[in-house]
Amino acid sequence: MADDIQKSVISVLIEDESGALARVVGLFSGRGYNIESLTVAVVDAERHLSRITVLTSGTPQVIKQIKAQLKRLIPVHAVCDLLEEGQYVGRELALVKVVSRGEARTEGLRIADSFRARAVDTTAGSFVFELTGSSEKLDAFIELMRPLGLAEVSRTGIAAIARGPSVFHLNEEPV
Amino acid sequence: MTGAADKEPKTGNNALNGAEVLLRVLDEQGVEVIFGYPGGAVLPIYDALFKQDRIRHILVRHEQAAVHAAEAYARSTGKVGVVLVTSGPGATNAVTGLVDALMDSIPLVCLCGQVPTKLIGNDAFQEADTTGITRPATKHNYLVREPGALAQTVREAFEVARSGRPGPVLVDLPKDITVGGAPLTPPALSRLQRFRRQGGPDAAAIARTIEAMKTARRPLFYTGGGVINSGPEASELLRRLARKTGYPVTSTLMGLGAFPSPDPQFLGMLGMHGSVEANMATHGCDLLIALGSRFDDRVTGRVDAFSPDSFKVHADIDPSQIDKIIQVDVRLEGDLRDTLEALLEAWDDTPAPDLTAWWNQIASWRSVDGFGFTQDMTPSAIIRPQYAVRRLYELTQESGRDTFVSTEVGQHQMWAAQHFQFDKPNHWLTSGGLGTMGYGLPAAVGAQVAHPDALVIDIAGEASTLMNIQELGTIAQYRLPVKIFILNNRYMGMVRQWQELLHGSRYSQSYSEALPDFVKLAEAFHGTGMRATNVGELDDVIRRMLAHDGPVVADICVAENENCYPMIPSGAAHNQMLLGPDQDSEAAGLTEEGMMLV
Repeated sequence: MADDIQKSVISVLIEDESGALARVVGLFSGRGYNIESLTVAVVDAERHLSRITVLTSGTPQVIKQIKAQLKRLIPVHAVCDLLEEGQYVGRELALVKVVSRGEARTEGLRIADSFRARAVDTTAGSFVFELTGSSEKLDAFIELMRPLGLAEVSRTGIAAIARGPSVFHLNEEPV
Repeated sequence: MTGAADKEPKTGNNALNGAEVLLRVLDEQGVEVIFGYPGGAVLPIYDALFKQDRIRHILVRHEQAAVHAAEAYARSTGKVGVVLVTSGPGATNAVTGLVDALMDSIPLVCLCGQVPTKLIGNDAFQEADTTGITRPATKHNYLVREPGALAQTVREAFEVARSGRPGPVLVDLPKDITVGGAPLTPPALSRLQRFRRQGGPDAAAIARTIEAMKTARRPLFYTGGGVINSGPEASELLRRLARKTGYPVTSTLMGLGAFPSPDPQFLGMLGMHGSVEANMATHGCDLLIALGSRFDDRVTGRVDAFSPDSFKVHADIDPSQIDKIIQVDVRLEGDLRDTLEALLEAWDDTPAPDLTAWWNQIASWRSVDGFGFTQDMTPSAIIRPQYAVRRLYELTQESGRDTFVSTEVGQHQMWAAQHFQFDKPNHWLTSGGLGTMGYGLPAAVGAQVAHPDALVIDIAGEASTLMNIQELGTIAQYRLPVKIFILNNRYMGMVRQWQELLHGSRYSQSYSEALPDFVKLAEAFHGTGMRATNVGELDDVIRRMLAHDGPVVADICVAENENCYPMIPSGAAHNQMLLGPDQDSEAAGLTEEGMMLV
């Protein structure tokens, strides 16, 4: 069973109401599904809709269940499996604090430059770099910073959207 | 702020307060009965109830019982059951009932008091995070924060409870919302348009099903509670489809009554304590059509050995149930009534296929008589529990009355499912998914309130029934002529059975020590108690119980060590049933791996 575990990126359009996120998170924990990352923010203030992007993994049967169970939640308007739908763009943002001086500091700055990380805070002894990209790119950057004074990391988890002109539709017809 | 005028909340000219708005909406939703228990946070609602006479309130003795009573009310009428409880302990006591309703797809609205909005989060007296606690216990829940949202929220709660796959919905009502003025907003276009009955089932899926049906040699209908939930019409359509096709029908515990159990086409219940013919047919069929059932582990046994050679079709209103446990070949999403109608229409005048060989095979399995037992008919002989249920059924039949049966959970529940016969839907009230001991007595209350002239029997075990025995008080107060038929074996029988079969007969904590005298207990609650201690007394007790026009507790003292057979041990396949005590348990698939399962 364990050999056919696959990753999945699921987008959920959900009403922005009290407890909505707890319903989604509770569904995952209550049914033993995996959350590797989860991001959420309001994307349509007028219609009070938030978009959740969940990076999860499981057997194809479990992934299918996760989607079906999400669709049962009353505030959920639409569920979309970005991997199943085709190509998608997934991006994550990281803020990386590096505390170092001398040679390590220079080296850190050089690597940051090659990653197109931006120094958003600079002191004599530290940098905070902002870096956006795929999770793999962020992983690689953090690994390189580790020996150079890596002190703290804050990551957002991925936000994702399908490539091309196809649009994530709502189930509801406009009233 | 001490003047008398300040004691009545200011609600403006002729304005309604929230509690009154709530009751108006309940009335508008067709609510006739509420099961509940008062407390501080719901006092305004009880005050509004006091001032009206359209909605009846049944005062239970424990909030859990209110929910079970409402479940049985809903199950036996097809309406939404309504519960009213207070904040904190009122809400937490209701949780077991809510989960029970969630597992068995029972439409409920639970109205729950909450501390005033300003106090929420302050650890106020009788405060609990009710929406947090009940989030996984309900189909959906609400906390009403604005008076303007009250009416529409309650309307939506009813819509959610009854639409699609039914379930329990909780509405948390802070006290300031029910005390203060609130607008009776007109019904608005619901945001739940997507819950409206879907269009007809997928035509291609129907066609594939019919194609499989035309070539099947060993077909089987496997029906569940979804047929009942879809309404009496669905049961009728199922009967017609079974007649036209000549297919055998088996049912889950929750589906009993959708197809008449005395019918020769009915194979009995399938699963852990199902009939030999039902389980062998499920194992051996070449076409399995699941209708409103969800492949529960009590039904499937070992999943990888479940019905290994069949083409599988699954019809369900809840798409998440399809391919959840068993991968099927055809999905039929939608309301069972529509699906059955489409199947009937597509089958049309196809002549019934020749299933003689299949029926001969079924007849040979049937001849094993897995539910068989031997009752010593010497008057002083010990009553066997199966015999007690059989006689109860036969004598009930003689009475000719419309009969509703509820059960608690355990051996007696299985014996009732095996030996009591049902020919109508909505007359069998049992806790299937959650397996809640203490369900049957309050369920009998709910059914009797809904059907005052019917015969309502709780087939009980002595251990289960004690879990909600306080409801004898409710029964007395409302003069409900409920019959509580206790199969008293002085053990938590199913626990004892598992300990015997799986734990070396070490009966750890399963003996019902210090039982009450049930006859005196009935009398203490203003009812009538009866007792049968041997076969000679049984018929007389049942007859007197059925003839009595008030509540009766019948203490039927039965064999202490009787086991419920057949039994598919956890982790075994359908063709590995234990048929009786003499069978080698290893040959029957009792394994250590199985012991790990529940």
